[in-house]
Amino acid sequence: MGLLSDPNRRRALISLLTRLNAPICVVCYMAGVVWFMGLAFEPFTLRTYMSENAMGSTMVEERFPSGERALATGREFAAHKKKVGGMPVDWLVKTMQARGLEVFTQTFSRTLPFPDENKERYMVKGTNVYGILRAPRAPRTEALVLSAPCTQGDHNNQAVGLLLGLAQYFRNQIYWAKDIIFLINEHDLIGMQAWLEGYHHTNTTGMDWSPLQGRGGSIQAALSLELSSDVITSMDLVLEGLNGQLPNLDLANLFYAFCQKIGVLCTIQGKLQRNDWDSVSGYSHSVQTMMLMVMKQASGRPWGDHGLFLRYHIEAATIKGINSFRQYKTDTNTIGRLLEGMYRKLNNLLERLHQSYFFYLMPSLSHFVSIGYYMPAFGLLAVILLLRALDLWVQLASPPPGTEDGVVDTEQMWSPDVLSVLTPLVISHLTGVALYYLPIHFQKMALEHFPVSDTEAVVLTAIAVYTAGLALPHNTHRFVSGEGTEHGWRVLKLVAVLYLAVLLGCTALINFSLGFILALTLVPVAAFVTPHVPKVPSAFVLVILSPACTLLFSVFFFQELQEVPISFQDGWVLYLSVISQGILDHSLYGSLVYPLIALLVYPCWLLFWNILFWE
Amino acid sequence: MAAHRCSRSALLLILCGLTLFTAADSQETTVNGGHHASAVKNPQTSTETADQTTEQPAVEERRWEATEVEEATPDDAAADKQDSPVPETVVLTSVPQPKDDFQEELVIRPLHSGDIYASFQFRTVWETDFTRGNKVSHYRLFPKSLGQVISKFSVRELHISFTQGYWRTMQWGQPFQPAPPGAELWVWFQDSVTDVDSTWKELTNVLSGIFCASLNFIDSTNTVQPSASFKPLGIGNVTDHRFLRYATLPREIVCTENLTPWKKLLPCGSKAGLAVLLKSEKLFHSSFHSQAVHIRPMCQDWECKTTSWELRQTLNVVFDLHTSAQGKREWSLFKMFSRTLTEACPLASSSKIYIDITDNPEGEQFEVSPATPLLSQASVLGDRRTFSVYDLTQQITFGTVRSLNLLIRWKSSEGDMLRPLLHGERYVAGYGLQTGEIHTLMYNYHPYRSFPVLLLDSVPWYLRLYIHTLTVTSKGKDNKPSYIHYQPSKDRVRPHLLEMLVQLPPNSVTEVTVQFERALLKWTEYTPDPNHGFYVGSSVISSLVPSIVAMDTNSTRERPLFSSFFPCKEESSYFVRVYTEPLLVNLPTPDFSMPYNVICLTCTVVAVGYGSLYNLLTRSFQIEEPNPGLAKRIANVIRKMRGVPPL
Repeated sequence: MGLLSDPNRRRALISLLTRLNAPICVVCYMAGVVWFMGLAFEPFTLRTYMSENAMGSTMVEERFPSGERALATGREFAAHKKKVGGMPVDWLVKTMQARGLEVFTQTFSRTLPFPDENKERYMVKGTNVYGILRAPRAPRTEALVLSAPCTQGDHNNQAVGLLLGLAQYFRNQIYWAKDIIFLINEHDLIGMQAWLEGYHHTNTTGMDWSPLQGRGGSIQAALSLELSSDVITSMDLVLEGLNGQLPNLDLANLFYAFCQKIGVLCTIQGKLQRNDWDSVSGYSHSVQTMMLMVMKQASGRPWGDHGLFLRYHIEAATIKGINSFRQYKTDTNTIGRLLEGMYRKLNNLLERLHQSYFFYLMPSLSHFVSIGYYMPAFGLLAVILLLRALDLWVQLASPPPGTEDGVVDTEQMWSPDVLSVLTPLVISHLTGVALYYLPIHFQKMALEHFPVSDTEAVVLTAIAVYTAGLALPHNTHRFVSGEGTEHGWRVLKLVAVLYLAVLLGCTALINFSLGFILALTLVPVAAFVTPHVPKVPSAFVLVILSPACTLLFSVFFFQELQEVPISFQDGWVLYLSVISQGILDHSLYGSLVYPLIALLVYPCWLLFWNILFWE
Repeated sequence: MAAHRCSRSALLLILCGLTLFTAADSQETTVNGGHHASAVKNPQTSTETADQTTEQPAVEERRWEATEVEEATPDDAAADKQDSPVPETVVLTSVPQPKDDFQEELVIRPLHSGDIYASFQFRTVWETDFTRGNKVSHYRLFPKSLGQVISKFSVRELHISFTQGYWRTMQWGQPFQPAPPGAELWVWFQDSVTDVDSTWKELTNVLSGIFCASLNFIDSTNTVQPSASFKPLGIGNVTDHRFLRYATLPREIVCTENLTPWKKLLPCGSKAGLAVLLKSEKLFHSSFHSQAVHIRPMCQDWECKTTSWELRQTLNVVFDLHTSAQGKREWSLFKMFSRTLTEACPLASSSKIYIDITDNPEGEQFEVSPATPLLSQASVLGDRRTFSVYDLTQQITFGTVRSLNLLIRWKSSEGDMLRPLLHGERYVAGYGLQTGEIHTLMYNYHPYRSFPVLLLDSVPWYLRLYIHTLTVTSKGKDNKPSYIHYQPSKDRVRPHLLEMLVQLPPNSVTEVTVQFERALLKWTEYTPDPNHGFYVGSSVISSLVPSIVAMDTNSTRERPLFSSFFPCKEESSYFVRVYTEPLLVNLPTPDFSMPYNVICLTCTVVAVGYGSLYNLLTRSFQIEEPNPGLAKRIANVIRKMRGVPPL
């Protein structure tokens, strides 16, 4: 710090930073990207290990014998489902009661803000059925949850069958120390949301549900099961939850440990683990896996029924059975044993899962990148903003080189600037508020005037508001203070850059992936925009790097990563549905990505747009 | 001296035991005149026993137990009368007239869910006086360790229970003795005690030693003085709650180390009588296990001229259909306890097994074998229940194989249990680690009667209750409690105490909610497993529930033990206590696993960051003149000498 307390050296340092500002920024950006890409390189990552003592040393013996019977139950369930044309509530209640569980039901209803065309639902009514296995000699203070969604059509019947089979098997065991709740939720996430809100007696999203009759105390962990075929080739683990929250890494470790022990092929993001990390294809494989996780996390939506548990501080994951017609087959017995083992270990827990990481990325199921390793990548991007801010600050503080003689009175210069900064800030935020509110509220009106479907009406309104924001008269400062000054845009840019830095920093702390993707696109914009760059190409770049286009590219990139590339036409349709899903996720489950983009990121981007057209 | 006395009493005991053995063998005897029930049916000799066995099938009708309804079956009573004069001749031996009496009893209630509920009761009544500084030194049946505790700490009433598991009211009905999960202790002291708090502290430590439990963790932060919920169960008019202390330890784990000292308090230990069934490997292989000790003074007779002390040891256990019986609806003593009975405790004046057959009058639900001709009726928990009775003091009960292995075989799994009228539930609502809300639900299932309940909530101080958010609603309407007693907590000193009297409308749910804030503890105050959460003890709901049948208000009348625990003041209602679930609440917890990292980081931030920033902000900087050259310095010295200002 002697460096800073010495005015001479301080001056030298600042002049160095301002002189070399652009190259340093470029280097930082490159370094940030390279660092991020390096995270997927196996020698740079850590192997996963079980941190929780209670789950580590005590190996349990799995004996689940009745896989075939579970499949038969699943078929019976499917038949009843078909007969009733929905959730066979009575059959489930009777079956669970016969297995010695305490059975309860919960009804719920929810009207979506606009009809969801992807899942074809608008007014949703349903029933959740859950049975509680009361642990012997336990005072109902702790519980574990095993859930299986009851979906339309022919999906997931095997999961329900296995769940009932496990319930029967678990019921006959004496060693349970925590109650186990077997939940079958209708309408996947909406049912799960209703059940969780009922269980915790909160109402965050304005849903109607009937209060729950039976509880098992505080839930320690939960697994959601998805199986759609009798024969499984591999099990996939889904971790990403609402708002990019992840369960404790020990849950993933537990799954991995048991897959290894029992000999089940296990995947994450649908990608098998490869051992050839030193080859190019091996590296690109792990980059793909990690990027898929980043994209999913950035989307902020729950990627399985487990995603909603995380809000309540319940560690949860979804386990999906995948039948990819490989040679290697796994029968239901084995999957039952896998779940039995996991539940017995979770049953042994003395404390909530807290020993391992909550913030991590997984380039493969056996390796992880913790927050300490990935944060520098974001830090390198964020430091660009600070450097630019420093540069601007120095420029503002030192008198402009042209007017060396006339020392302009600083007080006079500052006072109109406040208005000229405030006006674009207010206008762009008002546009943001419009983008947040109008799509849903103007949906009816749009329907009347344009021949579009409900979902399209919402999405197209959103896009219209978004583009209208670009055309707004931002340069109102001219009416307030006459000609826009050189000084004026610098102040505005300083504010905008610092605003963006704070915004991205906070986002990255909560949801690293979202913060990083936004930083990748917005930081170059923030760094280079001035009124003096050529208008047309710059405007083009600015639009390309705007949040909406980022989303569009992400859609294509995501499809590419999943190895199902799509044409532009399909991509556009998918893009529209992604926007509508984002809006729905916000109003149904309280996902924060849409309000974040609409109310904060988009207005911030508009400020830079404003600077570009500063006159 | 003490050892001497001890050996003498032991000798007495042996002597007494021996006489009783011989008496039971050779000659008709009753130890206690008051107990004529068993005596009436005692066979004169073994030949007579044989006679009776042949007689009984001929009678063809079931006999009612004499204690309950003597006039109901006059012919039986008349038949018995010829025997009755004989037992009145009490054998006088060298043993002083025993003023104490021991009874043991086991109630078995087959539950509709297929589970089975077994409740043991052991009662020792001793006509003595522990109060007013009386020195009691001769102990016979009454355990000396408890007697000394009573006299030393001037205890009027003591109730202690250890429970593992939660009583499932909706599946199992009401228990005979309710108890909350964990340990519960409540004590009424005599009004002669001056410093109740220190006596209480000492008492809990002593009891901790006696029962091998962590009762020493009871301190002022979990002790309350309920104003209305816990009234004395024995005689005594002192109801000033200054002499009452109540505490629960919801986290207490109950296991064999608590069972063994409990069994040692029994006169026969676990050597004979019903106590041989109490084997820990089976008792703890169950859904619910609760053991308790209740000591209270009670009236000896109807006029209540003399008082005696009652020690009641109870043990309740529920065996599970699926885990203990492998799903087969068939139970036997051997299956439940892995033992059969061969004899009564020789010291017991009465030793009986009751099987609840109320729902099974014609034997269509389940069958019990061996069949017993003896029936008994008792008003218990607001209902008139019928029981098959097995008298273990009679040799005939054990049959030819000389061992009794009761078998209960269900024939159908149809039928439903009568829904209990009162039921309670509790849970924590909300998410996040800052605030929360405690919801207590009280269900009144009575179709047309409303009744008042007393709700007692004792919440630890680290949940800061916002008492202004307290709401009581039933059927969607505000339900104003007619009595509220609230004692706010003091941090680290005492818990919140909330007691209120609420009227429950018929067929309704009453919800009591109160919000709380989670306190941040000091780092030494966290338990070794802070992420497990912190326990909040059960709420206690005490109520007089309208009864279907007339209850028996005469407390001195001879009744089965399980029906005489809570004294009945009026015929139209009966007392019920319901405990809700304990709560497990997570508090904001620092990451204890990395104190080293935290210290390092903090030190670095303070040393480097703060220090230099402080420097930058507080110092004023100016450009230092370069050091003057040597020539200039010399010139300055010369100028100084000349008295000219320096350069």
